[in-house]
Amino acid sequence: MTAVRIEELCKVFGTFQALDGLSLTVEQGAVFGFLGPNGAGKTTTIRILTGLAHATSGRAWVAGKEVTANGHEIAHHIGYLPEEPAFYPWMTPREFLDYVGRVFGISTADRSARAKELLALAGLEEAAKRHIGGFSKGMRQRLGLAQALFNRPEVLFLDEPASALDPLGRKEVLDFIENLRGQCTVFMSTHILADVERVCDTVGIINRGKLITAAPREALLAQYAIPAFELEVEKQSEAALTQWSETLKRENWVTSISIEGLVVHVIVKDVEVAKKELLRSITQTGLMINRYEVVRPSVEDVFLQLVGEEAEK
Amino acid sequence: MNLFTAFRKEWLESLRSYRLLIVVVVLAFFGITSPLLAKITPQIVTAIAPEGEALAQIIPTPTVQAAIQQYMKNMGQFCLILAVLLSMGAIAQEKDKGTAAMMLVKPLPRGSFLGAKFLGLAAVFAIAIVVAGIGSYYYTGLLFEFMDILDWLGMNLLLFVYALVIVAITLFCSTITKSQAAAAGISMGIIATGWIVGAIRGLGKYLPGELNTWGQRLMQGDTTISWIALGLSIGLIVISLLAAWLVFKRQEL
Repeated sequence: MTAVRIEELCKVFGTFQALDGLSLTVEQGAVFGFLGPNGAGKTTTIRILTGLAHATSGRAWVAGKEVTANGHEIAHHIGYLPEEPAFYPWMTPREFLDYVGRVFGISTADRSARAKELLALAGLEEAAKRHIGGFSKGMRQRLGLAQALFNRPEVLFLDEPASALDPLGRKEVLDFIENLRGQCTVFMSTHILADVERVCDTVGIINRGKLITAAPREALLAQYAIPAFELEVEKQSEAALTQWSETLKRENWVTSISIEGLVVHVIVKDVEVAKKELLRSITQTGLMINRYEVVRPSVEDVFLQLVGEEAEK
Repeated sequence: MNLFTAFRKEWLESLRSYRLLIVVVVLAFFGITSPLLAKITPQIVTAIAPEGEALAQIIPTPTVQAAIQQYMKNMGQFCLILAVLLSMGAIAQEKDKGTAAMMLVKPLPRGSFLGAKFLGLAAVFAIAIVVAGIGSYYYTGLLFEFMDILDWLGMNLLLFVYALVIVAITLFCSTITKSQAAAAGISMGIIATGWIVGAIRGLGKYLPGELNTWGQRLMQGDTTISWIALGLSIGLIVISLLAAWLVFKRQEL
């Protein structure tokens, strides 16, 4: 089932085209990483999907309901955490969560229980009676996540949830998001590739208001995998490297070889054939190796490749 | 239901931010000191002016009407200032800080959000005017004479409606801008335009400022009623709130 569906979404601010016919679907239960450089249209998309902004054209559905001008139809089904969550500084986190619960029309007993549960989940139990005005950025972000989860949303929108945090704060927030897997669909925008690599199972890449690609993370990595091997030899094998590389170049399953010091990078035509032949060749030559691995691309490699291609167009 | 929830938050904010306390203290101070000032002004002038004795001869003896006039002048001015100061950031600040976006993606209708702001400010001014009115009534009674309580109530009710006009206009200005200063500036511009129009002969009696004059007339036993000014004031409140709601409903946050 589809949790988020976007069809030909366009948004124009004056002469600037923020979204240019964006189409996308996110399956229910996915932790979707919406990746793109700054100004790509990530926040605009989330603001439209949550009803905070209006699309110039195009349509969108969240949790099976069409998103309209001010998002009333979807308000009960979503949670939202903006990039810099804002609170009433005079409130305590317990009071803020209680206020959110009242807005959702939740009964007093349920509100109290849910607030207690979320404060524990966000690690804010000890700060429950302190005013939010004195909270650190990390604490605010965790409270922001707690308030976004209060109504047990079907779809949770997170706009750059960890971008402004220090490494410890980022780890806390990403752990929090990771624990949400299976509880709801997470639609998370970010420009931090490592965050996507860590928590997202599906990735969408956006640039200049257009979707470049969207796929499960593993499928994307496989699709953009470079058929390459990397090996590092012992110092005593350095002399034999040049002759070995010349021999290897003549093999029909090899595309190219490059050597940097003791590290050899072999790009091949067929990974499966290379897996057998390369090791055999190394053994026959008598090379002493320290490291041997199939090169695995990162989300960063895929992102840079795709965004780079877009920029060249 | 959500209007009540939003109003509850506004009310709590008025208490926690000392907004209610400040308005009550300021209006009570000017309410209570008005009869006192009316009473002792001639004595002060006599004491400090070089030709005090001569001046004392020409200054009329203070009366209860002078005390009422002083009260309405002070209360009118400070209600206006406080109404602009308190309302200018009501919507603009929440939009600017991002709290409006945080709350309005939830099932909190924008009309309730706006309505609660107005009701919250109305409650603050109602309480402050009641406290100031009681204090001033008591002091005026002690220093001059006790007045007709119903007329006094009527006068303060008209003052309250006048304050609500300013609150509603400033709330509208706060809705159409994202800056408190801009909201205050536009609001003062609208109010100043009202003063200029009011200065045109014969037009002033139809404008909200007439409510304060009507209140003073009540205390003098003059039963002339300014229905048009009252109708226009209520109309301005309704139109300002309606316009604010229509703008806010379509606004991107």
